[in-house]
Amino acid sequence: MTVRQAHQERVRTGDHFINGDVACAEGALAAGCGLFAGYPITPSTEIAEHLARRLPEVGGTFVQMEDELGSMAAVLGASWAGARAMTATSGPGFSLMQENIGWGVLTETPCVVVDVQRPGPSTGLPTQTSQSDVMQAKWGSHGDYEPVAYAPASPQEMFDLTVLAFNTADRLRIPVFIMADEAVGHITERVRIPAAEALPSSSRPRPTDAPGNGFLPFKAGPGLVPPMAHAGEGYHIHITGLTHTERGYPTNSAEVHDRLVRRLSDKVLRRADELTLVERVWLDDAQVAVVAYGGTARSARQAVRIARERGVRAGLLRLITLWPFPGAAIAQLGLQTRLVVAESNLGQVAREAERYTAGQVYRVTHAGGHLLPPEPILEAILERA
Amino acid sequence: MSEIVTTTHPTDPLLRAERLPHIWCPGCGIGSVTACYMSALAESGLPLDQCVVVSGIGCTGRVAGYVNLDSFHTTHGRAIAFATGVKLANPRLQVTVFSGDGDLFAIGGNHFLHAVRRNTDLLVVCVNNFNYAMTGGQAGPTTPRHSFTTTTPRGATDQPFNLQHLAAALGVVYSARWTALHLRQLKTSFSQALQLHGFRFVEVLSPCPVGFGKANDLGEGIEEMEFYRAQGVVDRRISPAEALIEMSKSTPLPLGVFVDPERQGNGQAGPAKGADGVVGR
Ligand SMILES: Cc1ncc(C[n+]2csc(CCOP(=O)(O)OP(=O)(O)O)c2C)c(N)n1
Ligand code: SF4
Ligand SMILES: [Mg+2]
Repeated sequence: MTVRQAHQERVRTGDHFINGDVACAEGALAAGCGLFAGYPITPSTEIAEHLARRLPEVGGTFVQMEDELGSMAAVLGASWAGARAMTATSGPGFSLMQENIGWGVLTETPCVVVDVQRPGPSTGLPTQTSQSDVMQAKWGSHGDYEPVAYAPASPQEMFDLTVLAFNTADRLRIPVFIMADEAVGHITERVRIPAAEALPSSSRPRPTDAPGNGFLPFKAGPGLVPPMAHAGEGYHIHITGLTHTERGYPTNSAEVHDRLVRRLSDKVLRRADELTLVERVWLDDAQVAVVAYGGTARSARQAVRIARERGVRAGLLRLITLWPFPGAAIAQLGLQTRLVVAESNLGQVAREAERYTAGQVYRVTHAGGHLLPPEPILEAILERA
Repeated sequence: MSEIVTTTHPTDPLLRAERLPHIWCPGCGIGSVTACYMSALAESGLPLDQCVVVSGIGCTGRVAGYVNLDSFHTTHGRAIAFATGVKLANPRLQVTVFSGDGDLFAIGGNHFLHAVRRNTDLLVVCVNNFNYAMTGGQAGPTTPRHSFTTTTPRGATDQPFNLQHLAAALGVVYSARWTALHLRQLKTSFSQALQLHGFRFVEVLSPCPVGFGKANDLGEGIEEMEFYRAQGVVDRRISPAEALIEMSKSTPLPLGVFVDPERQGNGQAGPAKGADGVVGR
């Protein structure tokens, strides 16, 4: 049966009319995700539901865990068993995952965590949209670390950035976040899935020596990312969330700790240029620039278009990467234009942007619940023009 | 139990010799339980390269750091969930969880319930020392009533878990309880459990002179061991429900195999390998 066969392909090459959550799930499949562990929560649930059906068809494993603490732990375990692994959640679940995200950072465990944001604090507005977990992605777990987080603005980007997230996670050996929002998770649009061969792919650095006494699981070369041996490969690795030596053994040394935490941060920050993706729309001659991301960027684009029609030289800097923060792009823009930051929270990116622009940022904010419409953004543009 | 690991011993290659001496106190039972597990594993014929140990946090959580296998020292309470991910992603692996009573039954209790419900193919070893040892002897989910700990200065008032009853009621495939003194029986239980599939549970009552023994007049490790030996009773007529530990000189310490595939009347235990909630390979 042709329909069935098509469903058994990992990469469903072709054009689809699907929502952002489903596109994210298809991105995970296309990227070779081997295990999904999750717990239902609106507005991310469709990702789990879609993978519950699709993953077993392609030889992968779906497990519904008892909570998000367990989901995150299972994802980490699966990663060490050699699988590309992912979970998806929303704010309350993202909060529960934070301790294990920190374990993933310190043990350099590649994995992908999708947060389809809804308005918090607490249970908030469960079925509506928000971008209020941006800072949680940066600071959610205790200790110093530098995450990588992407903010998709369309179902197409839910697909593309999920594939990219798996690649970044493996390349740098870190948990990578997709900071989606309900609007983007639930909007239905055309998604073009390329041929499998055309998908970008990169893999974990792996040991080059056969198992023996010499393997040091946390000895990194100049790229700062150590090769990863998996459970069952004969290396007899020991992996701990305690500060550890290159051998992976616990230590109480403050020097080793400082060296380790700096390396973990540096392996991300040194690549900030390549990791920090932005889209520049009509910025060349702009006098006012809107900075926006995710669902809000869709309204911002519309506001900028209307402003242009009215003769105002407006532009849009759309942040695709939220962390590492695209501070350089914002700093440069701040010198040439007047900045407006529009977001579905009370100024999380605006406050960060101000650190790069000597405080000249105009804020259009809303605590979430509906997609920020173009009008208040347009008003801000006109006011600043 | 430092003599087990500092002199030459058949299990030496199974331990990470370069990490010795270990952190456990004199008189602690965790070291002998670890050595016992490793010798059962070595004799099991299972390929050691395919054997994985996962621990949570605590004194027992440090077991993962001494076994010469692929081993993971995870977060407090999450060892079973982590191990679930390992096992599902690579079903060829033989995965054992080694952790403490607090880790497995307080902060991580929910994962135990659900891993049994799914009949996840794991061996879970709980070193039950009746307290949160690593943090200095606080009360935990197995602290017997009236026992003194640093957070029950007037004696514990809450009803503790009877872990054998809990495991049997949930429907584990295998469940046994021994003390760290019953090394021969414990090793037999490890060997039996390693040959079975599905969720298997071994509870080991272990002296913790520092965190529990001294405060409860059980004395040094050796005296605590002697208490276990004197009170220990192996009687197949004792049901899991009756196997409560009261920790007094006038009550028995019920030990033995409480659930195995042959034993009847153990609740729902059986080799059913259906994996509720888990689909795919
Ligand atoms: C989330 C979290 N809470 C608290 C702690 C502190 N902590 C470390 S070990 C431990 C108790 C361990 O008790 P148990 O599991 O019985 O192991 P034991 O030390 O007795 O072997 C606690 C509460 C922690 N590490 N993480
Ligand atoms: S505190 Fe207790 S459990 Fe921990 S090492 Fe010492 S004796 Fe063992
Ligand atoms: Mg304990």
